[in-house]
Amino acid sequence: MNTVLLHSPALIVGLPIFAAILLMVVSRFGEKVRAVVFFAGIALASLAAISLAEQVLSLGAVRYVFGAPSPAAPLVPPDSGGIPVRILFHVDAAGALMLLVAALTSVAAALYALRSEERASGREYFYPLFLLLVGGVYGMVATGDLFNFFVFLEITSLAGAALTAYRIDHGLAAEAGLKYAVVSTLGGLSFLLGVGILLARHNLLNMAALGARIDLAGFGVPEAVAMALMIVPLAMKCGAVPMHQWTPDTYSRAPAPVSAFLLVSSQASLYGLFRIGFSLFGLSMDVSTVGLFVVILAVLSMFIGVTMAIPQHDVKRLISHHAVSQTGYMLLGAGVCLAVLGDPEKVRVFGRDALAGSLFHMMNYAVYNGLLFLAAGAVIYRTGTRNLDRMGGLGRTMPLTMACFGVGALAIAGIPPMSGFASKWVLYESVFRYSPLLSMVAMVVSLLTLASFVKVFQAMFLGPQRAAYAAVRDVPAAMWGAMAVLAVLTVLLGLFPDVVMQRLLLPAADALINQTAYTMPLGGAQ
Amino acid sequence: MRSRIVGYIASVFYPFCLVFGLYVVTHGHLTPGGGFQGGAVMATAVALMIVSGMFTVAVREKKVVRYKWCEALGLLLFVALAFGGMLQGGSFFHNWLANAGGCFGEAVAAGPNGGALNTGGTIPLMNLAVGVEVFGGISIILVTMVRAMKENRDG
Amino acid sequence: MADLFAHMPLVVAGLLLMIGLAIALWKRNLIQMLMGLTVVEAAVNLFLVASGYRHDAIAPIYTNAAEGARMVLPTVQALTLTAIVIGLATTALMLSFVILIYRYYKTLDVNEVRKLRE
Repeated sequence: MNTVLLHSPALIVGLPIFAAILLMVVSRFGEKVRAVVFFAGIALASLAAISLAEQVLSLGAVRYVFGAPSPAAPLVPPDSGGIPVRILFHVDAAGALMLLVAALTSVAAALYALRSEERASGREYFYPLFLLLVGGVYGMVATGDLFNFFVFLEITSLAGAALTAYRIDHGLAAEAGLKYAVVSTLGGLSFLLGVGILLARHNLLNMAALGARIDLAGFGVPEAVAMALMIVPLAMKCGAVPMHQWTPDTYSRAPAPVSAFLLVSSQASLYGLFRIGFSLFGLSMDVSTVGLFVVILAVLSMFIGVTMAIPQHDVKRLISHHAVSQTGYMLLGAGVCLAVLGDPEKVRVFGRDALAGSLFHMMNYAVYNGLLFLAAGAVIYRTGTRNLDRMGGLGRTMPLTMACFGVGALAIAGIPPMSGFASKWVLYESVFRYSPLLSMVAMVVSLLTLASFVKVFQAMFLGPQRAAYAAVRDVPAAMWGAMAVLAVLTVLLGLFPDVVMQRLLLPAADALINQTAYTMPLGGAQ
Repeated sequence: MRSRIVGYIASVFYPFCLVFGLYVVTHGHLTPGGGFQGGAVMATAVALMIVSGMFTVAVREKKVVRYKWCEALGLLLFVALAFGGMLQGGSFFHNWLANAGGCFGEAVAAGPNGGALNTGGTIPLMNLAVGVEVFGGISIILVTMVRAMKENRDG
Repeated sequence: MADLFAHMPLVVAGLLLMIGLAIALWKRNLIQMLMGLTVVEAAVNLFLVASGYRHDAIAPIYTNAAEGARMVLPTVQALTLTAIVIGLATTALMLSFVILIYRYYKTLDVNEVRKLRE
């Protein structure tokens, strides 16, 4: 058991990838074996991730050095001449939060996929790709190495693009996949260029060591260019305006479980953005300018996302536009915290809460927006249409799906007692201290979200029953079971926000704000 | 368009391409090259067969199944070696064969030297795994693309 | 002028970057667009390799190296290699999407491949 705990940082990435490869070998033994290997891979990786997160939250940050005689080996091997060549995973409280989110959502999405993709062909490719996507996301949130982050970013992009296009859909899904792949490739190359500039300047790839080094050497023009080259693609990957155009296309064309997990991969990009903004450059750059920039992006995302969502008729497209708007909330809290990072007093009064609220919203969003995608996917699974105008009266025949969708819709609109209310409340309160106007904008957007989801709920589940869907039944047990898991989580997170806040979110926020706890001057590591 | 002479000469070159690729793979820890490069060289042999008009030979279903096995087994060996480090008490990817004697286990001489093949621990084995995997993977990509091209032209 | 020659690889990488971006953004054919992306990738890889260059140094391989020779930085070369492999995978994936799109839409024109918006 201790060995498993010791190696859990490697297992979270190793297990999904091993399962993906095993699937290629055992795919000839039939569907049952394949499904078992797939689900076992996801579930075991989740267990490893949860135990790792527990370990981090109770005992402090974990470092895991790869390719060394022991996981606790120093970053600089004795015979390397002082060059830190080793790759390591570095999980602190913020990473633990992301691990928990990914673990819970991946199990639900995988459970759902077992049934929802049953009728599709080519499952021998679907399962390995999904496993790669999950492994890539775990890698992104666990890694402590910039180039490693790029590799995992590309793994998630590739797997995500292939999964998006997986149901070719008369070329429409392929178009969405191409769009996602082109955007991610350009973004990935930009990120790589940024990493290259930092490497050329400082000869380091380790984020912790690099953060300390940049603090020491000063923040010059090359660092500023590198930061822009790294932050812009990550903002794009998490779907912030003005680079959000890919989100509705990709999320709406991907199969429902894939959309639900692609949300988490966007969250992982957002986590990368936070990590780079706070831990890598937070000590040295002009935080108030960058913070203000993030806040502006956030307000634009919130507003443009919701206004684009209202006129939509395609249910998944509508939810995708809301995803852009919800990303705005997360950027808002983080932007406010970043903007006041230079002033410890302000950080103590509201900056820390703003960041914690933003992380809380990240967690909730992954759960309830995933739930919405799964529920919408369930309706599409049974009715075969994604057009809201052609649905109606499904509440009588699909009550479980209706209940789950209702929970998700209440949460995204920020109605108590759902989780969305709790995180939005924390955000309103803390952002109000920074600028009351921003808080008002956030509330107005929340109202618009509510209006939009009242319309959707009415169009899908209420009204007269349609003859065409009279014989529709509720979805199979695995599918509504997956939805129920996320729905229960949504309610629980809303009912006990204090526990989550104290145990998980404030440590995570502190891990980002206290850069010196993360950064590690090389002298100390040797 | 198919020329018999070109086809035959290509099939003569086919094994040489494979052997050269294998050389690049096995000397990956001593000279420039390694798993990916060697695997790509091996896959050019398949590409050679395709462009020389031996298309039907290279894309036979039996061959494609073989490429898939190459890919899967190569990857499996790679991950197994990585997990092996963990089982031997080190961390994931720990080079547990290096300097242990036996298979690729000789110690590397310090400083510039002529290079001995029997060194490097898991690295040559991983190179081999990657080489086989890349050969299979690139071959599948090539075959799939050519098939799709043919379908687009015919259909 | 001598300065410019010393930094020639970087200048070339910058030029390639701009050419690639221009192709990727302005060409209307999907395959040409992907070629542009590949050129951008080559530019980034060139930048990485060039940043590890040291004057009068040899390749970082110990086999038959001269005693005490200076070697160029191997880290960036490993990174470039990884980036090339990833680039190969993305290019193959995107090309297969293009094949699918062509099969269903019968066109490669960027302006006509817009059915998602309708």
